[in-house]
Amino acid sequence: MGYYSLLTTCAFIHLLVFMPYAYSNYLENKAGQFFSSGHTNNWAVLVSLNKLGFWFNYRHVANTLSVYRSVKRLGIPDSHIVLMLADDMACNYRNPKPATVFSHKNMELNVYGDDVEVDYRGYEVTVENFLRVLTGRLPPSTPRSKRLLSDDRSNILIYLTGHGGNGFLKFQDSEEISNMELADAFEQMWQKRRYNELLFIIDTCQGASMYERFYSPNLMALASSQVGEDSLSHQPDLAIGVHLMDKYTFYLLEFLEEVHPASQANMNDLFKVCPQSQCVSTPGHRTDLFQRNPGSVLITDFFGSVRKVEITKDTINLTSSVKPPIQRSGSSDMTIESLTYVDQLPVAEIIHQKPKQKDWHPPDGFILGLWTLILLVFFQTYGIKHLKHIF
Amino acid sequence: CSHHPGKARDQFQEELVIRPLHSGDIYASFQFRTLWDTDFLQERQKVSHYRLFPKSLGQVLSKFSVRELHISFTQGFWRTMQWGQPFIPSPPGAELWVWFHDTVSDVDGNWKELTNVLSGIFCASLNFIDLTNTVQPSASFKPLGLGNATDHRFLRYATLPREIVCTENLTPWKKLLPCGSKAGLSVLLKSEKLFHSSFHSQAVHIRPVCQDEQCTSKAWELRQTLNVVFDLYTSGQGKKEWSLFKMFSRTLTEACPLATSSKVYVDITDNPELFELSPATPLLSQAVVLGDRRTYSVFDLTRAETFGQLRSLNLLLRWKGDSGMLRPLLHAERYVAGFGLQTGEIHTVIYNNHPYRAFPVLLMDSVPWYLQLYIHTLTVTSKSRDNKPSYIHYQPAKDRHRPHLLEMLIQLPPHSMTEVTVQFERALLKWTEYTPDPNHGFYVGSSVVSALVPSMVAMNTNFTQDQPLFSSFVPVKEESSYFVRVYTEPLLVNLPTPDFSMPYNVICLTCTVVAVGYGSFYNLLTRTFQVDEPSLPLAKRLANLIRRIRGVPLLA
Repeated sequence: MGYYSLLTTCAFIHLLVFMPYAYSNYLENKAGQFFSSGHTNNWAVLVSLNKLGFWFNYRHVANTLSVYRSVKRLGIPDSHIVLMLADDMACNYRNPKPATVFSHKNMELNVYGDDVEVDYRGYEVTVENFLRVLTGRLPPSTPRSKRLLSDDRSNILIYLTGHGGNGFLKFQDSEEISNMELADAFEQMWQKRRYNELLFIIDTCQGASMYERFYSPNLMALASSQVGEDSLSHQPDLAIGVHLMDKYTFYLLEFLEEVHPASQANMNDLFKVCPQSQCVSTPGHRTDLFQRNPGSVLITDFFGSVRKVEITKDTINLTSSVKPPIQRSGSSDMTIESLTYVDQLPVAEIIHQKPKQKDWHPPDGFILGLWTLILLVFFQTYGIKHLKHIF
Repeated sequence: CSHHPGKARDQFQEELVIRPLHSGDIYASFQFRTLWDTDFLQERQKVSHYRLFPKSLGQVLSKFSVRELHISFTQGFWRTMQWGQPFIPSPPGAELWVWFHDTVSDVDGNWKELTNVLSGIFCASLNFIDLTNTVQPSASFKPLGLGNATDHRFLRYATLPREIVCTENLTPWKKLLPCGSKAGLSVLLKSEKLFHSSFHSQAVHIRPVCQDEQCTSKAWELRQTLNVVFDLYTSGQGKKEWSLFKMFSRTLTEACPLATSSKVYVDITDNPELFELSPATPLLSQAVVLGDRRTYSVFDLTRAETFGQLRSLNLLLRWKGDSGMLRPLLHAERYVAGFGLQTGEIHTVIYNNHPYRAFPVLLMDSVPWYLQLYIHTLTVTSKSRDNKPSYIHYQPAKDRHRPHLLEMLIQLPPHSMTEVTVQFERALLKWTEYTPDPNHGFYVGSSVVSALVPSMVAMNTNFTQDQPLFSSFVPVKEESSYFVRVYTEPLLVNLPTPDFSMPYNVICLTCTVVAVGYGSFYNLLTRTFQVDEPSLPLAKRLANLIRRIRGVPLLA
């Protein structure tokens, strides 16, 4: 009995002594893991490539908005999301419930929500604008919300949905982008160090053809169908009258609804979304250009925005406050005369408005030539000596 | 902490006016106004501390030296004959007009950058505003704020009739309010109800105004207005029984804590039989607005007793029967006449419904360059007689550079209809200039009719601080008339559209013609025929060999 009590007390003492050490080791490992993925911020570019004016392309907008909703829910703010919707479905006159876009039939889930910010809409969704957003070559007056301001520590999620074929995607039914152009755009992004890792998801017919030509490092791609297969739409809603979502994105949304910001789900789970039994088409993926093992990549590395927090125990001295300039409270140099509003329709003034001074232009070449001709003919006929009769 | 902790120099007021319309629809008009005693355009000190005024707009004003900014986003068309005059008129789509300060040297450059910045703030495609749809009106759109210099070189006006308004435009608009959408009247702004209406318009108006009654110094005023008309049948279920909950699916629970005044006005002037308003309120107010004296029941949200026992205010309006509506005195329509895809005619019809007074109106038309107007066919007729305008300003279009601008001051005879017609020819665009859906048509922006309409009731020219917001938007200079702006419908015209499947068809046809026609001809000319000895089978070759040895004639 004594032996056992000695053993237990020994074990207890060992535990007490070594536990803090083990605990700090555990913390260090956790901290090491914290910074191992290499990215510090997350961006998302979500594009819907539906045809303008076609109400039955509702599902493409619903696809994009469901990914938008998941990405916002997991933490990426609107300032880091570039959302491009080629047509307005929510406030379309054919929508029986305006300002809503539903993903599940019987109007269960409104993915449009109350807090949506669309950056490119309508005619602005073109191949040129898409490539400019990716490569960062935008005109200087473009506002910040329309730019992809990523750096070399950004993880970017790119999601495309719409109509496509073997090696190309259709934009607005009047333009196309080929898989080679897309691969080149990603290479430009790599050369300019605009991403750390990039996840490319595409839900179109023959989607796997779009990632065949990628050649830049750190790219992972997922597609809803292989070359030669069509991606199918999921379920229609009889009240709205159209198919609400595509099969692949529907099951992707269901998968993402289970994910929360602290979830440890990894990419291998994402590859299993929508097997052929549910999707009819065969989803594909490509990971050979990706450096890390997909099993160690968390879903929230791309879909969420896990903030890195540095805890410091030192005190930081803030600089002394800047004194605001002394505001002149008195009317030192202000005129005492009262200001007036302008007359909205000053009829008398308008009628007698002086015509604008037209800038003087030198006479046109034709008029000059005509006058030269007339003078030449005149002098030829009458001779110089008759000039004195005139002047 | 500030060094001058005196009275706050900015204040915020919010107001909602509910007006039942005689057709059974209901019109709700929100106005949120922030007044700030500062000068954005001052050289000496930069404004750095923003409290109630949104920082994004303040920075826009100082960077581009804007004196006045008016932007509106509208879904639907305001039906003047059925609904009367709105408090703040706006055309369908997006409209932006800006007065720049006279220190600006490059107005066009500032305008281009301003439209891009605003497109980012409001999530709208305002970057499509460029020189091909911007005009410089010469007499319409005088500044609504303080000032005396009105050189029209500093004014720019543009409209995008095709712009869609949806939740993505409402969200940033709501974020500009001091209380956001969390408290006060803005909790009622739910997009699912607001966009399920006959008319929805949200606008931002920024201008310098008088700080006080003496008007010795300027203050900046930001007004955010939202007008919405709910339809009797789609939102009202066919019954003339409206409540805040039915309209907005929310009730009011408190005023915005940052607001100095937060009121709800209900128009009870038209009193058909059995008009009921509950909860009852003793506060009444009278105001002269749009030439008419109207009586309002006032609910003051800053007082706790307005909310009653349940701590929530849900107004209930019920009425039966129909009251005659005051016929609007000024009303305009526009349509395209003609047939085919070559020529057409634009007709603008302006009605003056005043029984005995004539008044002048200023008609402004901005037509895109691809509708080539023939100004020599411009006719203005009133009561089937020619009516010569007293002022015409016409700036012809320059292809791909400038649109047409036509401004005319027309005197409308009493109780009459005036028709303005002009013929046009449709241009053929280059194939890259067509939109992805060219068969939808091309939009022509609304015409603007500005007028000083004679008023039945004396208007209030005094400026008082506690005037309700809906009556103090347009400055009133004289008692006998009020200023009104009427927008016509936008036009949708089809341009001759090429067949975009044509290149594919042409290639097929050309390749077929080349292959069959030219190929056959080439073969005919260059092909030569040679007689070819067929090779004999083995048996016959052996037989020929033997025959040659024998010296006998060979087989064929």
